[in-house]
Amino acid sequence: MAHKIRVLIAKPGLDGHDRGAKIVARALRDAGMEVIYTGLHQTANMIVEAAIQEDVDVIGLSLLSGAHMTLFIDVSDLLKKKEIDDILIVGGGIIPEEDVPKLKKAGISGVFGPGTPCEEIIDFIKKNVKR
Amino acid sequence: MNDISSKVLKGDPRAIARLITLAEDNNPIATKAMKKLHPHTGHAHVIGITGVMGSGKSTLISELTRIYRKKGKTVGILAIDPTSPFSGGALLGDRIRMMELAMDEGVFIRSLGTRGMLGGLASAVYDVVEIFDASGKDIIFVETVGVGQAEVDVIKIADTTLVIIVPGLGDSIQTLKAGIMEIADIYAVNKADRAGVNQTVAEVQSLVEITCSDKERKTPILETIAKEKKGIVELVDEIDKHKKLLEKTKKLEPHRRKRYQAELIEIIRKRLMNFVFDESTFKEKVEPLIDKIANKKLDPYTAAEEILSRILK
Repeated sequence: MAHKIRVLIAKPGLDGHDRGAKIVARALRDAGMEVIYTGLHQTANMIVEAAIQEDVDVIGLSLLSGAHMTLFIDVSDLLKKKEIDDILIVGGGIIPEEDVPKLKKAGISGVFGPGTPCEEIIDFIKKNVKR
Repeated sequence: MNDISSKVLKGDPRAIARLITLAEDNNPIATKAMKKLHPHTGHAHVIGITGVMGSGKSTLISELTRIYRKKGKTVGILAIDPTSPFSGGALLGDRIRMMELAMDEGVFIRSLGTRGMLGGLASAVYDVVEIFDASGKDIIFVETVGVGQAEVDVIKIADTTLVIIVPGLGDSIQTLKAGIMEIADIYAVNKADRAGVNQTVAEVQSLVEITCSDKERKTPILETIAKEKKGIVELVDEIDKHKKLLEKTKKLEPHRRKRYQAELIEIIRKRLMNFVFDESTFKEKVEPLIDKIANKKLDPYTAAEEILSRILK
């Protein structure tokens, strides 16, 4: 049987707005993926620990508070520290244009702002999963 | 990948996680590893948790785990949610209620989609229980999907089965009688701060009194409020008591034999289905038969016999 893409959707830090995360979770589910939703107020450590136990192919981070440069990069750094290189990281939320290249350089492979069609995210994940 | 089973035996979380994925994907590497793990299993107490959706299964497991951790036990949690029959996707949300346990190294939580299995369990559930067991977990919780009436497969895998009920379902408890109301080793009436709890407890009590065939033991009914951590210690005591009783009355071994029987059947079922429904075989061998059935040149029974005779050869 083919491998089913597993995605962890997480909201790091102090941000209670999870409508976007839920919409994306639902869209990925409808695209045939298994989506694990961890809920609000996660630390980078909690997210990485959950990603390991759930053996996900993708971590999707959602943040609208403006702390993405710290919290997204914390997750990416922690994965590197644990020598995990087969998980794709994507992020979304209110992210200024000038931050996008920096995030990509830090290992957040896909960054999706408001208004992104769900199909674009699905395609990106399908094309870029690492196993 | 060769030594994934030895890593699992040492309790390596990444190996445990990866082997579960391989087992879910029916990967031959998993089959090889599972064969090596089996002799190292049998130590864990497998506790099944079932109940209607929204009854508090995940929250209750989170609280039970907290108590078991205080007792120094390690815990594996297997939380099952439904896979969509339409898209094949799933939204696995049980973990949300267990985030308090996220950073505890003695706890391993894994969410599974049912992936086509009926009966309230996931297709890889037997493998995951064996993997957790071999990795040294003392306690394994198997949380079923939110069940209706007939999803009772959890008793095949659990040493102890907990049925969670909530007040306010009113008369529906009557309709539950024939299905999940027959499988409980322990009842927990959760959300016991809600109106109608006395009536619910009374209804279950009368049910227990009528149907109790086990003379050594009346199925206990406990009130819990998982969110407020109430009634949890008492529930753990009852779970432990049940395990001890199984051991004392020498019922644990025959009980587990039934698990192995169910597991064996499941493996054979999966292999047969793969054999028949493997994409190329299906196109070449099965579809022509379906054509014939549609054209009334063949009946479905003869077609089935033809396929089966090919397998049995």
